[in-house]
Amino acid sequence: MSLLRLTLHVWRQASANEPGSFQTYQANNVNEHMSFLEMLDVVNEELIEAGQDPIAFEHDCREGICGACGMVINGVPHGPQRATTTCQLHMRHFTDGQELWIEPWRARAFPVLKDLVVDRSAFDRIIDAGGFISVRTGSAPEANSTRVPKHDAESSMDAASCIGCGACVAACPNASAHLFVAAKVGHLGVLPQGQPERHDRVRRMLIQHDAEVFGNCTNHGECEAACPKEISVNWIARMNRDFLKANLIAPKLPKNT
Amino acid sequence: MTVRLDAKAPNGPIETRWSRHKAAIKMVAPSNRRKHEIIVVGSGLAGAAAAASLGEMGYQVKCFCFQDSPRRAHSIAAQGGINSAKNYQNDNDSIWRLFYDTIKGGDFRAREANVYRLAEVSLDIIDQAVAQGVPFAREYGGHLANRSFGGAQVSRTFYARGQTGQQLLLGAYQALSRQIDIGTVRMFSRTEMLDLIRIDQKARGIVTRDLVTGRLEAHVADCVVLGTGGYGNVFYLSTNAKGSNCTAILRAYRHGALFANPCYTQIHPTCIPQSGEYQSKLTLMSESLRNDGRVWVPKSPEDCDKDPRLIQEEARDYFLERKYPAFGNLVPRDIASRAAKAVCDEGRGVGPLINGQRRGVYLDFADALRRLGHTAVEERYGNLFQMYERITGEDPYEVPMRIYPAVHYTMGGLWVDYNLMTTVEGLFSIGEANFSDHGANRLGASALMQGLADGYFILPYTLPNYLASSELRPVAEDHPEAQRALQEVQAGIHKLMSAPSPKYGPDWFHRKLGHILWEHCGMGRTATGLRQALKEIPTLRDQFWSEIKITTDPQHINPTLEKAGRVADFLELAELMCIDALHREESCGGHFREEHQSPEGEAKRNDASFSYVAAWQYSGNLAYPTLHREPLAFESVTPSKRSYK
Repeated sequence: MSLLRLTLHVWRQASANEPGSFQTYQANNVNEHMSFLEMLDVVNEELIEAGQDPIAFEHDCREGICGACGMVINGVPHGPQRATTTCQLHMRHFTDGQELWIEPWRARAFPVLKDLVVDRSAFDRIIDAGGFISVRTGSAPEANSTRVPKHDAESSMDAASCIGCGACVAACPNASAHLFVAAKVGHLGVLPQGQPERHDRVRRMLIQHDAEVFGNCTNHGECEAACPKEISVNWIARMNRDFLKANLIAPKLPKNT
Repeated sequence: MTVRLDAKAPNGPIETRWSRHKAAIKMVAPSNRRKHEIIVVGSGLAGAAAAASLGEMGYQVKCFCFQDSPRRAHSIAAQGGINSAKNYQNDNDSIWRLFYDTIKGGDFRAREANVYRLAEVSLDIIDQAVAQGVPFAREYGGHLANRSFGGAQVSRTFYARGQTGQQLLLGAYQALSRQIDIGTVRMFSRTEMLDLIRIDQKARGIVTRDLVTGRLEAHVADCVVLGTGGYGNVFYLSTNAKGSNCTAILRAYRHGALFANPCYTQIHPTCIPQSGEYQSKLTLMSESLRNDGRVWVPKSPEDCDKDPRLIQEEARDYFLERKYPAFGNLVPRDIASRAAKAVCDEGRGVGPLINGQRRGVYLDFADALRRLGHTAVEERYGNLFQMYERITGEDPYEVPMRIYPAVHYTMGGLWVDYNLMTTVEGLFSIGEANFSDHGANRLGASALMQGLADGYFILPYTLPNYLASSELRPVAEDHPEAQRALQEVQAGIHKLMSAPSPKYGPDWFHRKLGHILWEHCGMGRTATGLRQALKEIPTLRDQFWSEIKITTDPQHINPTLEKAGRVADFLELAELMCIDALHREESCGGHFREEHQSPEGEAKRNDASFSYVAAWQYSGNLAYPTLHREPLAFESVTPSKRSYK
């Protein structure tokens, strides 16, 4: 087991309304088996004991599934390892003496709340606008009466793996959330249950997407490269087709009731 | 407060108890529903399902979660699956069999009527989830696929890769989102409940802290539902999300809600072993891995540090298959966990030495890879293998995984009656936050089932019964009781912020507490150890209140303050857990008292003396809670020795 010494340049910002700046910390005795967040935990305990304000960052499950964690490490959302959330990024991927620049997601639609914590509630509002299948509780038909081809179920699951972390937005030069929206549109849109609201769903979600001041997709593909769940940009193409069809042929429905 | 434990469980034929109960309880007319406000705390499977269902029925719901989005509740991390007695596999499954397996799995320490109802509504849950678009695994004909799970001899587990909890939670979250848009549910994210408001002996609201601005607020309603999950994080190292906490249920306990079976902790056998002292949590690997993975350790301690691939077949001990031939690697979690601990205690554990001991056993897929091929194994377990590789740096396709038991789920929780109401009128508790349904041990794939059953199919019937049969005078946020609760929370925060000799952050204390609990109230418990813990916990608590150090002010995002408040509550709950574990002079399920075991090392129950739910009442003194007993009557099944041989 080897121990690393790292220099951390961390974005510190007291609140949304105050300017932020990088501050430098030394992390010595970093065990290679630590996760990135565990390394920050140790730094934070030292800061507290020294009477300083610890670095605020988001985290919860630490298993790569809740989507809470996320920071830009040396310019890459979630850090250098592909298809990996920050909580699953282990220090063995860094080298002794390395300098790290740690920043929050940068996007107008994700205002910084403190240090590395950003407000991602825009994602919730996009789902509220139509990212669901309308079904009453307790009166659903027998499950096997809806047959779903295995391939479609698998394909739907590929899109449904999105954890809503926001790395796609942070990686996109336009700060677009198209990959996030496309994943949800795709997850529900390839299933038979999702068909009745398919066109209306894509329209509502994209209207909300724009209202939240996310940018547009210009096919950079950075989102796919940064996505810890490897959601494909093909879903964006599929979403665009649905959106086009929705505007050309599908009737506009009234607001969700 | 005098407490009368009335479970309100119906009698008569078990098959019709729930339908007869539903027919008898009172309802609220559609036009009256919007006049009722309901508070739901927690947005996991139970909370989100309840809030969405009640909102859709027409009630005005306020839903709270401490995460930035309801989609991040810890239910999302459940991997393996959800049980349902659909019998799609034609392998002789039935509601009865799911009921029986659950009662037996829980070591005959659960309430029969609740468990039967759970098995019954399990059918509806799958229908609901499929209709919502949960992409469950399918067979080539388009029908739902199933797999088997520990503690059962049938394949009744529905799954969505290794992300079943995530998909079910997204289903519930999306249903909730729909209600938020319609306006029946108001969502309060990044908001933590810090106290309960009781008016005229009834639960009428909560005090919350806005985790961004630090603002404290009182919210009132006609009743309060707690779906705040379990308290396994009391051990510090557990498979729970870091934010999971006991604050809401502990505050309810202090207000008179009884806490049932607090010592029942499930230790999950398939976790990635600990790698060092800095570690912040343990990662679970789905139990479904035991379907195809074979658990073994070397027969001889001399082989423990060898490359496992070089250890010949005859030098391996497949101890689960040897000891439990009928269930083999699929024995329930408590049995598998104890067997793994036993071989490690014998000095036959594998993996790195930590404090002089190797704490790990192999979970080997070599046979499965030969039998099924790489592609099929990858299809079944690919994401779990990837996760393991990330954390350990080892490739499980090449070398066997190493696993060790870890704290996973807490079967104890707030005592609730058949209507899911606690002993505080108008305070309901659902999902892992209550004690019901699992007894002393939970079967795999049953947690998701219970959360959704409570949220979608039980509470929406039983809660209106309370509203329709109670006199609820209007109250407002400026009610003296609400203001008093608000001031108490304010004082509590002030106390945390102004310890006399601040020294350490909350994690320091939390780790110490975790050590005490794991050592003395973990996989094996003894009277001596528990008495020791009961000395150490109050001492640590005193040290906490004198030395807790919080360096940021409370008017901002302050994760240290949040953690400190939660650790303060864990320090109280830990004592209650040890008191409960000490009083229960028997071994059952996840509660293994070393004094009570058979010569073969199996748990020895004492039905004559302990066939009851231990429900503890706060007496004003943490060290001396009052015990109330709910006797358990087994009319449909006969408690028998649990044998998986």
